[in-house]
Amino acid sequence: MTSQTSASDTETSAIAVRAVDLWKIYGEVEHTTVNALAGVSAKFERGHFTAIMGPSGSGKSTLMHCLAGLDQATKGDVWIGNSKVSGLSDRGLTKLRREKVGFVFQQFNLLPTLNAQENILLPLEIAGQKADPEWLDRVITTVGLADRLKHRPAELSGGQQQRVACARALVSRPEVIFADEPTGNLDSRSSSEVLGFLRQSVKEFGQTIIMVTHDPRAASYADRIIFLSDGKVTAELLNPTEELVFDQMKHLDRVAESDGVADSDDVTESDSAADSASELPAPNATPAVKEA
Amino acid sequence: MLRATLKSLLARKLRLVLSGFAVVLGVMAVAGALILGDTLNSSVGKLFSGVYEGTDVVVTGKTFVDASSEGGVSTSQPVPANLITQLQTLPDAAAVQGVVAEDGARVVGKDNKIITSNGPPRLGLNWTGENKQTHLRRGRGPQSDNEVAINVPLAEQSGFTIGDRINVLTKEPKQALRVVGIYGVDAHQGSLGGETSVSFTEETAQHLMLGKIDAFSRVKLKAKSGVSQGQLRNEVKTKLGNNRDDFVVKTGVAASKENADQLQSFVSVVKNVLLGFAAVALFVGVFLILNTFSILVAQRTRELALFRAMGAGRGQVIRSVMLEAMAVGIIASTLGLAAGVGIAKLLLEVLGSQSDGSELFKGSFAVPVSAVIASYVVGVIVTLIVTLIAALIPALRASRIPPVAALREATVTARPLTKVTIAGVAATALGLAGILLALFANASVVLLLLGVLLSFIGVAMLTPAITRPVVGVMGWALSWSLPGKLGQRNAARNPRRTAITASALMIGLALVTGVSVIASSLTASIEKSVERDIKASLFIAGDSFGGGSLVTFDAQVVDQVKQLPGVSDAAAYYGDFAKLEGRVQFVTAVDPSDLTKVTDVSATQGRLGDLKAGSVLIDDSFAKSNKLKVGNKLDITTTNGGLKSFAVAAIYKRTVISQGPIMSVADAKTDFGRPGPIQALIAVDKDASVDAVKKRVAKLLADNPEVSVQSQEEISKRAATQVNQFVLVLYVLLGLAIVIAVLGIINTLALSILERTRELGLLRAVGLSRAKTRRMITAESIVISVFGALLGIVVGCGLGALIVTALKDQGLQVLAFP
Repeated sequence: MTSQTSASDTETSAIAVRAVDLWKIYGEVEHTTVNALAGVSAKFERGHFTAIMGPSGSGKSTLMHCLAGLDQATKGDVWIGNSKVSGLSDRGLTKLRREKVGFVFQQFNLLPTLNAQENILLPLEIAGQKADPEWLDRVITTVGLADRLKHRPAELSGGQQQRVACARALVSRPEVIFADEPTGNLDSRSSSEVLGFLRQSVKEFGQTIIMVTHDPRAASYADRIIFLSDGKVTAELLNPTEELVFDQMKHLDRVAESDGVADSDDVTESDSAADSASELPAPNATPAVKEA
Repeated sequence: MLRATLKSLLARKLRLVLSGFAVVLGVMAVAGALILGDTLNSSVGKLFSGVYEGTDVVVTGKTFVDASSEGGVSTSQPVPANLITQLQTLPDAAAVQGVVAEDGARVVGKDNKIITSNGPPRLGLNWTGENKQTHLRRGRGPQSDNEVAINVPLAEQSGFTIGDRINVLTKEPKQALRVVGIYGVDAHQGSLGGETSVSFTEETAQHLMLGKIDAFSRVKLKAKSGVSQGQLRNEVKTKLGNNRDDFVVKTGVAASKENADQLQSFVSVVKNVLLGFAAVALFVGVFLILNTFSILVAQRTRELALFRAMGAGRGQVIRSVMLEAMAVGIIASTLGLAAGVGIAKLLLEVLGSQSDGSELFKGSFAVPVSAVIASYVVGVIVTLIVTLIAALIPALRASRIPPVAALREATVTARPLTKVTIAGVAATALGLAGILLALFANASVVLLLLGVLLSFIGVAMLTPAITRPVVGVMGWALSWSLPGKLGQRNAARNPRRTAITASALMIGLALVTGVSVIASSLTASIEKSVERDIKASLFIAGDSFGGGSLVTFDAQVVDQVKQLPGVSDAAAYYGDFAKLEGRVQFVTAVDPSDLTKVTDVSATQGRLGDLKAGSVLIDDSFAKSNKLKVGNKLDITTTNGGLKSFAVAAIYKRTVISQGPIMSVADAKTDFGRPGPIQALIAVDKDASVDAVKKRVAKLLADNPEVSVQSQEEISKRAATQVNQFVLVLYVLLGLAIVIAVLGIINTLALSILERTRELGLLRAVGLSRAKTRRMITAESIVISVFGALLGIVVGCGLGALIVTALKDQGLQVLAFP
């Protein structure tokens, strides 16, 4: 690889997060194992906004947890930037979370006892770092919270709380931000604000964001969508619009229904789903739809 | 992180208060004990620094038996009067004076009862005129042998004043004397430390207090200016020459220090008892704190997982929980200290009022600042250790919370109980082994305590495993109603939590039950023994042991009793502390021919009738532990006789009534510190009326107000009352542990209800009424309390029975449960 150093460097630096043949197997009790992830491989480019979609139980949350090092995969490797996540010790994972990862949760997960500003600064304080005042200013201005910094979470609306959470994720300038259903608890107007803000941070700050959602409208803010079903990547959509996402979902549902009888018997086998996605061209199949 | 922890701590004031309360109570007990002890100490110190003021060198006789550790007194031998003339020839001595100052001058009050001092000595002195510690308030000093001066506390307590005739008991039977003066330390202070004193003329003092004339308790010397105390002491020693070994020569400074140390042992007993209960309180508190923090951590799962997701390391999470514990510890121990000062003051107030305004407590209300600081430092250190230990397990658990938990609803996973149960079995077994070893192999008390402690921990660890079945069975009683059923299920669903909560109650109740079992066994044993082992129907005995000095009465009374119609025999018992086999213990003396007529004592070896001057009877348990046989020599050091060798005349079977070495009356009269008998047993003729005899004996005792004649029943009852009084004090103190445990139940319920807000809301939403919700929670608390109480009673009975069984040899023959 030495001869290709520059090429591989540029390649790795273009990829923020990479998953290689990721398996997550739950419960080996009474022969019924559940494969939450069944051999997922995916790359997430730096400076891109990627959404992971799929129906309930498709393994999208598990994938995100494994990517973020919150959960250990049964098999397979995860890389964030140049560091391998899988197999890291607790200390290593702690360091990774401090330096490379930011989170936005569905439940906001702000500390009720701290005000907005203190919540935003919490990751830095945990890591024992000082905030870069210029960057902090910019983040706060972008999320539009300048006049709300001294408010406690209870005094903020859901949308404002989630914007605080976004600012908290951004403030340490992580390699990647993982957002888990960030609009799941918000009305459509607040959702738009938060999603718009996430997209803005990708565009303006070159932030990498990976978002799990089941909301097509939320997913349409992303640069790319990965569809997950039964623990496998079934399709991908570039530059999506809301309609495209809807169509793709309908299509996947139909596939699932037709496969339903056969698949329900042996969930563990990882054969047909990926193939079937590629076999059946999606309706409105534009060049944007690629095979997984 | 620090700020986040502190902020979240402040936001949960209720939890803080609840978890802190246990600590507050524990520290209150510790601080109370320390402050009370130190306050008493400093006032005792004050008392004895005054006695030797203006004295440079003190000469006393040798002390053979120091019984102060056993609740007796240490009496030195008197010094001969001619020592004064000998020492007066010393060129550096400015003044030489003989002093009679002995404890045991008991004044009969106007109600014909002896005036007590509750601790401080009741001194009999020779009047040496006014000096630095003696200031006549009224009247004059005694000039003839039937005159006395009394000190202010005695005058205040008795109501006697100049011109009154008072009766004084000393080594001699009751003496009637006239009060001619009342004196204090100075115009303001009545006594140095609450002691009462009667000053006689020199000869009377010698006769009454020392039992011989031409002798003094001590000789004090004042040095000429420019001569140091040490210098004079050495000169005195040289002057004594070959007789030096018969005397103890000390400087004034050394003597006052030594004296204070002796009396402080009484104070330190009080202090140690209080500290013991403080330790129990804190031990119970550990369970409460452990539980509280476990619940707090469970409730904070999400928050702590969030910290982890934000990049906090395991250490940071542990530190965060420990920091919370530390904050609770510091705040609570500060509050506990304040409460402790209050408790100490209250106790002093109570002590002060009980001792009829005795000045030992009067002057000491200024709690020394150093005591407060010391107890705060000790309190904070102890609490911090306790709190941190209790918080460590929850903290470690918290550090293992996976960050994913922040993303999910926190779920309670039931962890297997195997490990903790195995550890519990091991700890219980080890604890029991310790107890057995301590009791049966006569190992140390420390081992016994450790064993008890370990057993408690072990049982507490076993509790989770039995929670489900036991609570399940108890649930039947409640299952007739839905709220009852729900409450019982709630109690069973987290066995660990229920177990820890119940354990705190278990420990408190186990201690109370254990003490009760021992006490009731003791009472029952005494009762049975009195019935079985004593032929005598009447007793002459003191009402109580007052001020460390033993009650005695006129030996002639027993001879008179023997002549009474209806009396078949009477035995006079003499008693004193003596040192044998390296230990100070109580020794009695009685005529062996009388002994067998009033009690059912039986010899296991030799003949009891062989007891004569120079020999001794010992009980079988003492013989066994010291490997003694009839004919062996036993060294006994007595108060007046010093070290002498005695032959074992016979060995008898030990009972609650008859135990310990028994010497001959002839030896007792010369060697014991108090020449009079302390107790007498009277056997009544079969056909005579006990009541009639009792009345006749009472008449003979008219001049001995310290003793009275009592029937068998009264003696049993009195023994039981004394045991019960002691037990009552224990109950009050152990009550603190139970209060803490009950608090723990309230705490656990309050916290788990906070935790279950959503669930309770759901139950209300599906139609459970407010009253029924309340009943459900009541049911849960009842289940936990009853569970803990049952455990405590079972463990306590077991522990008590074990100790009683182990003490069978010591005369505890009946195992009785209250």
